Amino acid sequence: MISGARYGGELFWSRLRAVICILAVLYLVAPLIIVLIISFSSAPFLTFPPPGFSMQWYQNLFGDPTWFGSLLTSVKILVPTAIIATAIGTAASYGLARSNFIGKPLVTGFLMAPMVVPVIIVAIGVFGVFRKVGLFGNLSGLIIAHTVLTVPYVVATVSAALTVVDQRLEQAAMTLGATPLVTFRRITLPLILPAILSGLLFAMVISFDELVVSLFISTPTVRPVTVQMWSNIRGAVDPTIAAVATIIFLFSLLALVADIIARKRTRLES
Amino acid sequence: MLASLRPRGAGWLVLPAAVLLLLFFAVPISWLLAASVSYPQLGLQNFAALYEKTIYLRVLGNTVVISGVTTFWCAIIGYPLAFTMANGSPRVRRALVFIILIPFWTSLLVRTFAWMVLLQKQGLINDLLMSAGLIDSPVALIYNRLGVYIGMVQVLLPFMIFPLYSVMVRIDKSYSQAAATLGAPPIRNFFRIYLPLSLPGVLSGASLVFISALGYYITPALLGGPADMMIAQMIEKQISQFGNWGLAGALAVVLLVGTGVSLAIVHRVLGVRAGWRRA
Repeated sequence: MISGARYGGELFWSRLRAVICILAVLYLVAPLIIVLIISFSSAPFLTFPPPGFSMQWYQNLFGDPTWFGSLLTSVKILVPTAIIATAIGTAASYGLARSNFIGKPLVTGFLMAPMVVPVIIVAIGVFGVFRKVGLFGNLSGLIIAHTVLTVPYVVATVSAALTVVDQRLEQAAMTLGATPLVTFRRITLPLILPAILSGLLFAMVISFDELVVSLFISTPTVRPVTVQMWSNIRGAVDPTIAAVATIIFLFSLLALVADIIARKRTRLES
Repeated sequence: MLASLRPRGAGWLVLPAAVLLLLFFAVPISWLLAASVSYPQLGLQNFAALYEKTIYLRVLGNTVVISGVTTFWCAIIGYPLAFTMANGSPRVRRALVFIILIPFWTSLLVRTFAWMVLLQKQGLINDLLMSAGLIDSPVALIYNRLGVYIGMVQVLLPFMIFPLYSVMVRIDKSYSQAAATLGAPPIRNFFRIYLPLSLPGVLSGASLVFISALGYYITPALLGGPADMMIAQMIEKQISQFGNWGLAGALAVVLLVGTGVSLAIVHRVLGVRAGWRRA
């Protein structure tokens, strides 16, 4: 039925596509793997393949008060950021999904705006205003700025989950006399919990990775790890910075895997 | 009837997030945009300066060209990848989704740093090219336009692939099968059937990549040279080197308007297209 020539042509195109896909996958992932390998190098410079294995750059990283301090600062920012952003983002999603008021599309768009506005504009504006109101160079300022940047991701994830929840379940609970709060806690919350966790993970990763806004409102005493990395990246670079990059990378990877597991479990349950 | 059973008072739950964004997002940005016409004094002098000095026009040109070329290459590389995801076996699909999610979740700074390591004079790429005998001495792969493209395309590729993929999985395979049964050779079949059906995905992916690229700061700052400066770097420079809030504000207005106009064009094109497909 299929002529030989056509089959041969299809084979050529599918082979070509396979080659392009393999190259593209390498292009996407190989640089990260190489940095991961270099972070365990025994050589004092960024060379690949490394001449030998050593943990010295990780010892350097955790022994150096500047590097270790900046990692701690990042954690001190990301934990409150993720909790606040998830709480107010989930509340906002529920408010948007289960009510009707004039200007709702406008409010929805406004809550998503930090995702669309170029981050450099946010950074400069925040820098200009925050230094006038005592939010420059301290944790509060960084936490507030990071919360602003992460709320849209929580709203997007949780809102998507809320549109899938069968509202008849909530209505049934309320017909049977449950208050809105009980209905939310017993019916809605368990159904959207995976999405809330997803939003939480996303908020943590975005806060940990954030550089541009932090660059403008942090000082050498309160400095998250990405800013510390930025200020070292163009100087005499040794594999310590590769070790930092690897830790940031592995943190994202862990969050990604956790997210996939959470999603898979919801699919199994439903 | 059932609508009356909805929790009516839920709207106020939006307030905490809305107030936070109003105070710490809308106010700072409005303040910066207002500086464009009020710093150092009221007037349009900052916009006049943008128009008069060639350096600003060149930076604007760079921004549009770099974003455009990046979008082009993302489409070229992303298309076969998304196609394989949409038409491959479930195992291939799962593996590819995971692999593309990795860079999507990974810090931009880390990915850009990885390229700095690979593209440097004594880096892996130069080593490979030299041992393959393609070049005799290390070539400049970084601190120039090439470096910017290599980094930007990699960083933005997932934004092209996911919208493309979501359109491609919904394409009904029976169209291509029908065309093949009627004797269309694979290439013509692709260009006449599959490509037009996947075009909305290409457009929404391209718009996402282009709009994100317009405001990029980290990647061009680390991988480009002085001649490759984009608008975000220029905004940063106005503040950190000159403290010129007025010019920074004017550049921010230009960047925001450019982003907004691109978004509006895309909505229009995609909207018209969707209407045409429904008809």
